[in-house]
Amino acid sequence: MSLWNRHKIFEKNSIVLIVGILVVIAIGGLVEIAPLFYLKSTIEAVDGVRPYTPLELAGRNIYVREGCYLCHSQMIRPLRDEVERSGHYSLAAESMYDHPFQWGSKRTGPDLARVGGKYSDDWHVTHLIDPRSIVPQSVMPGYPVLAKTEIDPSDIAAHLRTSRAVGVPYTDEQIASAAADLKAQTDPDNPGLDAFQKRYPKALVRNFDGKAGNPTELDALIAYLQMLGTLVDFKLYNEKANLR
Amino acid sequence: MTSPSTVTKSMTMGEAGLTSGFAVSAFVCFLAVAMGHDSAFSFHAALGCAASLIAVVVIGNRYLDRPAALPPAEIDGRPNYYFGPIKFASAMAMFWGIAGFTVGLIIAMQLAWPALNFDLPWTTFGRLRPLHTSAVIFAFGGNVLIASSFYVVQKTCRTRLAGDLAPWFVVVGYNFFILIAGTGYLLGVTQSKEYAEPEWYADLWLTIVWVTYLIVFLMTLVKRKEPHIFVANWFYLAFIITIAVLHLGNNPALPVSFLGSKSYIAWGGVQDAMFQWWYGHNAVGFFLTAGFLAIMYYFIPKRAERPVYSYRLSIIHFWALIFLYIWAGPHHLHYTALPDWAQTLGMTFSIMLWMPSWGGMINGLMTLSGAWDKLRTDPVLRMMVVSVAFYGMSTFEGPMMSIKVVNSLSHYTDWTIGHVHSGALGWVGFVSFGALYCLVPWLWNRQLYSLKLVNWHFWISTIGIVLYISAMWVSGILQGLMWRAYTSLGFLEYSFIESVEAMHPFYIIRAAGGALFLIGALIMAVNLWMTVNAGQANETEGADILQPAE
Repeated sequence: MSLWNRHKIFEKNSIVLIVGILVVIAIGGLVEIAPLFYLKSTIEAVDGVRPYTPLELAGRNIYVREGCYLCHSQMIRPLRDEVERSGHYSLAAESMYDHPFQWGSKRTGPDLARVGGKYSDDWHVTHLIDPRSIVPQSVMPGYPVLAKTEIDPSDIAAHLRTSRAVGVPYTDEQIASAAADLKAQTDPDNPGLDAFQKRYPKALVRNFDGKAGNPTELDALIAYLQMLGTLVDFKLYNEKANLR
Repeated sequence: MTSPSTVTKSMTMGEAGLTSGFAVSAFVCFLAVAMGHDSAFSFHAALGCAASLIAVVVIGNRYLDRPAALPPAEIDGRPNYYFGPIKFASAMAMFWGIAGFTVGLIIAMQLAWPALNFDLPWTTFGRLRPLHTSAVIFAFGGNVLIASSFYVVQKTCRTRLAGDLAPWFVVVGYNFFILIAGTGYLLGVTQSKEYAEPEWYADLWLTIVWVTYLIVFLMTLVKRKEPHIFVANWFYLAFIITIAVLHLGNNPALPVSFLGSKSYIAWGGVQDAMFQWWYGHNAVGFFLTAGFLAIMYYFIPKRAERPVYSYRLSIIHFWALIFLYIWAGPHHLHYTALPDWAQTLGMTFSIMLWMPSWGGMINGLMTLSGAWDKLRTDPVLRMMVVSVAFYGMSTFEGPMMSIKVVNSLSHYTDWTIGHVHSGALGWVGFVSFGALYCLVPWLWNRQLYSLKLVNWHFWISTIGIVLYISAMWVSGILQGLMWRAYTSLGFLEYSFIESVEAMHPFYIIRAAGGALFLIGALIMAVNLWMTVNAGQANETEGADILQPAE
């Protein structure tokens, strides 16, 4: 019975109770979270993953703003049907520059981890403005405003700088040319394209929304969707080398 | 007042500090309106400026109107309980409950009939869904928790709530946080971390409010007249402390500009995912479970007029529950790029969690022993007992869904939504309704207007819950099976859009269930309104002292 009596110290002493609670709740979190920051096996060594281009980052911020993650996951699990439906299972390395992550928790719509290159830009333009005009059974909202809203390039460098401060390895050069790069990516005739593509290998340069003029939010969002899951070349990827 | 005022009137530290603090904040917010980088930020700064100015006026007025001496801690040897802030939080709980259920119904109908998105930026599912979750969890649930905790801690400590303005700061400040968060979602201001969507400035404000909440609660405990801290207060304390830790751990972010709404979260990729679901699952564990278990431990014994079933069970179940819950987060990340060892830990602890959860359920239900007949005559008690039954059901379902093979089917489907709502509507909703049906008559010293209406509320909402969760079970399992179905030739049998199409009838049934739940809540609001405004005055207040556990 003595043990039951010992519990009185918690019941009679609010500070002891607080300390007890803090100790008890700290253990699980520390054990599960802290090792993720130092175990090297947490994130695979993979070629190809790079920080987002300014236009892609702007598109990603629209994806976040509109709450796309509430219906679309970006995490293909290593299950037969998912791999056949969506492509190679997702690697931790593929989202290592994602602040915040967008793995999602619900698939009211399909997974988008490898949607890049699956549909044409035209398809995305039509689908984002009026989804049911192209997929009649869809329950997705339409986003006609995106096509009418231009992206303001003036603060994109600040976005890159903030991303760098939280750990995304943007270079000084990438930050300095951010505003110009934002425009260049939608302009195939831009003279600065060679330098841009050196800064961001595999970046797609197209007029994504098919309209002349400054980049719109639709350009940015499609640029983001079209690069999702395309950075790692899985023909060259050695699964065995990264066994977790 | 009872004692003649011999004190000369002067501002308390709280009054002077808050008045000057809000004056400064009004000025800072005014500058932020003018210099804000985006319209949403300027709008929130304007709200902050207006609220600060109102606070200065209200606090000043309150000072001018009040007698020189602050209200005494005791009158004639009995504690002079402080009910004003609790009344406010109770009323806000009812308001936000109806708002949150309504938005839930709207987004449920949007999934059945997508034209209801209207394709305007601020009415799409993606912006309304966080509004629904935050309104029901944090606005409705949070106000119920703050109101009930301020009531229970006073009564079980037999002392007046600590502080004079501080409790008001907590309840009004918390609701201001909800206002900033909710309007932010509609304007596209979000961190996109589920159940932690508010941006950096709302998070900072919540931190200030929450620390004040902890201090008020703790200082009331410290000056208690009872030697023991009652079990409900252990749960409230664990809830308040752990939510503070989770909030700070999950939300560190760097704003792009201190004059703009957008920020980038400090964590990235897999670490961010782990932090998020450590937070996310323990928002369930500590906000929606520990806090509401505290309600169970006070309101069920009180209403049934029976002592808590087992004191020892409450000790074991308390420590086991808070220790195990923290580990359960990774079950939201099964088969993802989170390392396997973390997934396995999360699954193991989630299964173990079944035991303390049912320990709590047993302790709640068995409190009824000797008083089961009251279920026939008291619909309020029935509501709370049924809530504990729903708690038992969803805390069995949860561990089952955390098993990896089950999760491979259930994850990403509506089954998760059904599971959440059996807990949210059945457990959290019903125990909150029960608590409010008790609290409102106690606070306003009235008799409840109509038990018959409570009975109607109970049955309509129960049918709504059953429709909701069974529709989601069927649609979720159907979805999961369709995704993994193969033809005899080894091809995937269904395209994704076929699974979307198959959900349509279940989405309609779910919306019908949600509508019934909302109707029940509207009946409740009428009943409580009539209780306050037309209820009969209560002659004697219920006994203050809880019987000790046996």
